[in-house]
Amino acid sequence: MHELSIVLSIIDEIDDESKARGLHDVEVVHLKVGVFSGVDRNALLFAWKLACEGTLLERSRLDIETVPLVIHCAVCRQDRTPPSLYQICCPECETPSETIVTGRELEVVSLEIAA
Amino acid sequence: MSTRIVEVRAKVMRQNDLLAHALRERFEASGVSVVGLVSSPGSGKTAFLEKLLSGLARDFRVAALVGDLATENDAVRLKRATPNVRQITTGTICHLDAQMIERALQGWQLDTLDFLFIENVGNLVCPSSYDLGEEVRFVLLSATEGEDKPLKYPTIFNSSDVAIITKMDMAEPADFDVTAARRNIESVRPGMKIFEVSAKTGSGMQDVFQLLRDQLAHLRKTSLPLQIESTIVAVK
Repeated sequence: MHELSIVLSIIDEIDDESKARGLHDVEVVHLKVGVFSGVDRNALLFAWKLACEGTLLERSRLDIETVPLVIHCAVCRQDRTPPSLYQICCPECETPSETIVTGRELEVVSLEIAA
Repeated sequence: MSTRIVEVRAKVMRQNDLLAHALRERFEASGVSVVGLVSSPGSGKTAFLEKLLSGLARDFRVAALVGDLATENDAVRLKRATPNVRQITTGTICHLDAQMIERALQGWQLDTLDFLFIENVGNLVCPSSYDLGEEVRFVLLSATEGEDKPLKYPTIFNSSDVAIITKMDMAEPADFDVTAARRNIESVRPGMKIFEVSAKTGSGMQDVFQLLRDQLAHLRKTSLPLQIESTIVAVK
């Protein structure tokens, strides 16, 4: 499980951002996590509670938007979601694809701040 | 109480990615070809690496960093092939990150090397999130693990460049279906190069050496130092 290390990176990122912009009282952290990022959603949520204890983010909530895996099919010329994470091909014509369009994201999108 | 939303759009792995990017630039500028090795524990990474180091050490200057949670065992073993080996012990951490690589390289003259190998902690999950600045990543799968490993761990297979099927000498006793294994690798990472090797018998290793030689030649975009030397000898 490396989600605790990932959460610590997220907290660092928010700290930098908060200091740079003078933000306080972060209520919600919106995160985008691709299904192909190698990071587990539930493990992230679990690690979040642990890592935020005793910090300024203690009362914050982590909101995770899951980003599906989308590949580009060179034959159909369309972006499509493959049949599964272990069949990286077009669901229509079954052509294998080396081009991943989305699914690897691991990004802090926005913060909700008490106004 | 009302709230306001502040856009951030920050990549979580930014710190690691920046460091990995800087390392990659350093490796390129030094002309050293860097290969990362990932696999599950016990798939034969160290035996494979031992063969790589001893096979390449005759013609090239090689070095290795090896990651484990504890012990110096792997470094001791690899030092039989080259003195340029450093162990990274991560304590409880299940993967290597770019900062560990940067620290471990301190004091090494990269431009005196041709190849640097980075053996990750045995783990098919966590290392996929961390770029180490390597030029290519090899993912290893041993014949004794079963042919469906790539399907079970698609993220690491998809994020790697080359697949190495190890312990091929065990394929028959383990009833390992290499055709199915190849098909499964192709399913999670279409177009991936696949090599079948046995560190024990040495079978298939020549093809990997050739891949590495080609990779180094491509990196330097000139002929290999070895060939230059032999040309000079011929002229004399």
